[in-house]
Amino acid sequence: MDFLTLLQVLDSTVRLATPLLLACLAGLFSERAGIFDIGLEGKMLMAAFFSAAVAALTGSVWLGLLAGIASSVALSAIHGLASITFRGNQLISGVAINFLAAGLTVLIAQDWFSQGGRTPSLMGGGRFNDITLPFAETLSGVPILGPIYAELISGHSILVYVAFACVPLTWWILFRTRFGLRLRAVGEAPEAVDTAGVSVIGLRYAAVMICGLLCGIAGAYLATGLQAGFVKDMTAGRGYIALAALIFAKWRPWYALSACLLFGLLQAVALRYQNIDLGGFVIPVQVMDALPYILTVVILAGFVGKAIPPRAGGEPYVKER
Amino acid sequence: MDKMPAWADAVLVPLISLVLAALLSALVILAIGESPLEALRLMVEGALMRSAGWGYTLYYATNFIFTGLAVSVAFHARLFNIGGEGQATLGGLGVALVVLYLPWPHWSLALLGASLGAAAFGALWALIPAYLQARRGSHIVITTIMFNFIAAALLNYVLVNVLKPVGAMDPASALFPPATHLPTFQQMFSSADSPLFRGAPANISFFLALIACVAVWLLIWRTRLGYEIRALGHSESAARYAGISPVRIVIITMLISGGLAGLMAVNTTMGESERLVMNATEGAGFIGIAVALMGRNHPFGVLLAALLFGFLYQGGAELALWTNIPRELIVVIQALVILFTGALDNMVRMPLEKLFLALRKGNA
Repeated sequence: MDFLTLLQVLDSTVRLATPLLLACLAGLFSERAGIFDIGLEGKMLMAAFFSAAVAALTGSVWLGLLAGIASSVALSAIHGLASITFRGNQLISGVAINFLAAGLTVLIAQDWFSQGGRTPSLMGGGRFNDITLPFAETLSGVPILGPIYAELISGHSILVYVAFACVPLTWWILFRTRFGLRLRAVGEAPEAVDTAGVSVIGLRYAAVMICGLLCGIAGAYLATGLQAGFVKDMTAGRGYIALAALIFAKWRPWYALSACLLFGLLQAVALRYQNIDLGGFVIPVQVMDALPYILTVVILAGFVGKAIPPRAGGEPYVKER
Repeated sequence: MDKMPAWADAVLVPLISLVLAALLSALVILAIGESPLEALRLMVEGALMRSAGWGYTLYYATNFIFTGLAVSVAFHARLFNIGGEGQATLGGLGVALVVLYLPWPHWSLALLGASLGAAAFGALWALIPAYLQARRGSHIVITTIMFNFIAAALLNYVLVNVLKPVGAMDPASALFPPATHLPTFQQMFSSADSPLFRGAPANISFFLALIACVAVWLLIWRTRLGYEIRALGHSESAARYAGISPVRIVIITMLISGGLAGLMAVNTTMGESERLVMNATEGAGFIGIAVALMGRNHPFGVLLAALLFGFLYQGGAELALWTNIPRELIVVIQALVILFTGALDNMVRMPLEKLFLALRKGNA
């Protein structure tokens, strides 16, 4: 494999890791606050559809992004209502949201566009275009570093940079602000937060809404950045891979970045090479597809480090009398 | 004192949830510019007014009975088995291997062998998440989701690289030998002058599903093991004090659950397609969640809920055929049913409990 091929694989790694990273950080906020969320997939899908649909109708990708975020946040509100206000089962609510998105997107797409559950292809202002960072052209002549800057770092859509900037931002919010401290506390010991006079319900709703916001950006990137338009079931399990990455990262932002890059790399390699030949021993493409899930199970099993979820995760909080 | 009489808990709460889900579905149909009443008429016509429609309804219901039972058995031990899809996929592999590689003289023996194969493979696929939950505390919801994806990749590999006949294009196994074809309802109930269930895929495995309902009822409410499963589901610490080993019960419950999900493949793989194809489960593993929730984890409730979803599935196919409403409407209805009967259960329950308390005070 020569240098340029390597760069291309890494470049597509960055692109494929972006939606994973956004969804993973979304799940991080929610689960750190004690609300399990297996509805990441559904929220991304819903946002992907509405961002592409509105971008196609108005020609403005920014309006599309807003619509995508709004739809994802609306699903988050349902999840919050079910799992915080009515103390329902968070996992069942997440499953319901995934199906709701899978069904509604195709239903509405068929009603609006009559193209068999897809949106028209987006063009021009309907997509997030790649940004060329300053001096990318001039520096590309520099050996090694030049191509890395021009190919790998420059030339992505704005949402890619947003996603990567979200990693330090998430770390800062969670570990350096009062809100973050409370948010983590509400996921570990909600009764302590309640005793301190801070609203458990308010904090959990805030976390779930942030989760919706980030899933919305992730979905919008899928439909308007990575691809040009919405197709049925276009998230293709990315929400679950993000969930896997979250566990892999043990609910920490910087680890989330490396986990998502790793899973993005697996996807990029699976996309580029069908079967990988390691000198006589062939790794079939299906192994690459399944590897994120297998790795997650291994991590969950506690054979390689132990993944300990937030202590109050999944349990509705009932105020003491 | 209970806040609500038992009948209200068992019948009224699910019924109200169902009505809410139906009303919202009607709104969705209205919103895309179609008439809900007309849609309902078409669905009833297509699914229930002709014997062929019933043939499809019962075929789908067979799948949902198995996956619904699988989810509810696990629910009794307070385990959420979301991996029915993967277990059913592996069940299909079990059916295919048994039917293709063993010589069967008659379909009845083949049915027995294939059922064993399906249940064994499904149970095996549930064993690893069960072991990890019981011994290492890995959350079973996450591991079973992961195993769904791993199962899909595994099936893909096996079909493309192992089972696909030489020269064939589509990733599917060879056709099963004719001796192993299961009798369909058409063959069983039709006579020359009264053709019934023409062309419909419903087959003898529907009765296998009914037997499974009875067996699960016996298991949960009439055996020691069932008692232990329910005890663990109600309180792990109480179960532990009573000398019940949680590890043992978790593993056994998941084996039964996975086996039931795997049995679904007898219906789809052996009864319908008569060869192993990609994505034979078609999401039935997930519908089992809705079915179990609606059926209140009782085999009889599961049977009713499975029939309802069978009707929705067949009716939805009819709708897609005659109107502009895509099949995905069923996915929306399924989501609403899961949402209202599962996650928003308290939304219906809390006001009802207040109502019954007020009524009781009024009488006293």
